[in-house]
Amino acid sequence: MSGILNSSIGRKFAMALSALFLMVFLLQHFSINILSVFSPDTFNEVSHFMGTFWVVQYLLQPVLIFGVVFHFVMGFVLEYQNNKARKVGYAKTSRAANSTWMSRNMLLTGLVVLAFLALHMYDFWVHEMQVKYIQGDMSGLINPDNAESGFRYYEELREKFVDPIRVGFYAVSFVLLALHLLHGFNSAFQSVGANNKYVKGLKGFSKVYAIGIPVGFIFIALFHHFTH
Amino acid sequence: MMNLTLKIWRQKNASDKGKMVDYPLSGISPDMSFLEMLDVLNQELIGKGEEPVAFDHDCREGICGTCSLYINGRAHGPATKITACQLHMRSFKDGDTIYIEPWRAEAFPVVKDLIVDRSSFDRIQQAGGFISVNTSGNTQDANAIPIEKENADKAFDAATCIGCGACVASCKNSSAMLFVSAKVSQFALLPQGQVEATDRVLNMVKQMDEEGFGNCTNTGACEVECPKGISLENIARMNREYLSASLKG
Repeated sequence: MSGILNSSIGRKFAMALSALFLMVFLLQHFSINILSVFSPDTFNEVSHFMGTFWVVQYLLQPVLIFGVVFHFVMGFVLEYQNNKARKVGYAKTSRAANSTWMSRNMLLTGLVVLAFLALHMYDFWVHEMQVKYIQGDMSGLINPDNAESGFRYYEELREKFVDPIRVGFYAVSFVLLALHLLHGFNSAFQSVGANNKYVKGLKGFSKVYAIGIPVGFIFIALFHHFTH
Repeated sequence: MMNLTLKIWRQKNASDKGKMVDYPLSGISPDMSFLEMLDVLNQELIGKGEEPVAFDHDCREGICGTCSLYINGRAHGPATKITACQLHMRSFKDGDTIYIEPWRAEAFPVVKDLIVDRSSFDRIQQAGGFISVNTSGNTQDANAIPIEKENADKAFDAATCIGCGACVASCKNSSAMLFVSAKVSQFALLPQGQVEATDRVLNMVKQMDEEGFGNCTNTGACEVECPKGISLENIARMNREYLSASLKG
């Protein structure tokens, strides 16, 4: 078992596990965000629970941050090693004849998603950390001195989607995320050794997930932009 | 008859920098094989007192895995499930420009022109691509052991890998996973391969990594370009075998 991460297959396996974990997180994130479209009160309640429950804050959040950082760092490590494996390239290649654009450009799509994550963290996570752990306001209220003021999460969310440039960048990033997932979803199963009739049956579901979740996020951003 | 422009990688030896060189070639029959076309070019070059183009070939019937040409951006050329020696000039048109390059990978260094050193594959095979059989005269008949038909078929399919290296050449990462997985699967699916299964996969993957091949990112290019149609299922099987062996080891 020792040194498994030093092997090419071990690194693939770790990359796939972190990807599968992030895909579960993405589904959970979407499930909460879509509540903001249908029920602002429920969205506020769930957001407050997620933002204050210690299991989420002190156990799951660090695991998530580790998962994200690990996935990106490992992506760069693998790209570096792969570039080293062919220092002299071909004068002519016809890669489109044997592989999809998505499968060949995971680094590019991943970098756009990374840039999006930086903005997303700045927009929401940094703000949350500041309010809760620097200002010490764990109330989640618009006015911490007035319990009647209601939770702040829904209003803050809508505020972020006023700027059309930010909404545009969010939309483009999610298109790139969809392209990333269109290859990454099935690839993760292949990497953990699952390539049988059952996994092949998942191909349809993987396309629904890879397109449906990002389109759903774009819908949420556009909804709040145009209804603000 | 076809008139062609060939753009061929010329490199005097392993330490030479190398470059693409243009060769106009006329009077090529569509019925010629690709390697026969190169033979015609070499006859012309020899006639002019120039160095002929060095390229690997042996059986010229798609069995030996020796030919290794990257033609117009694809391993073994534009057709599928054939080797370069099985490619015919009818796959091209009169007036075409054809790029001919060697396999590109640090683990396959160029020896001369279009010839690369694929001994890294030999070393991977030697690391575990075998079974130990008592050959003292009391060897058991392999057919005496019942084998499930599905597994026998899959093992046979894996065993059809000719080790040409098209998978490495086609992969954007120069990964050798399809080759190694075919060799691992060939034995992993059969009872005779079980005795050394753990050591086999660990040692072959270790050797593959030491040779400097890249990491597989599941683009599937190897499967598409493999002249023997080796399936990606073999890579998934090798991943399972490796993880299971790592946990045991």
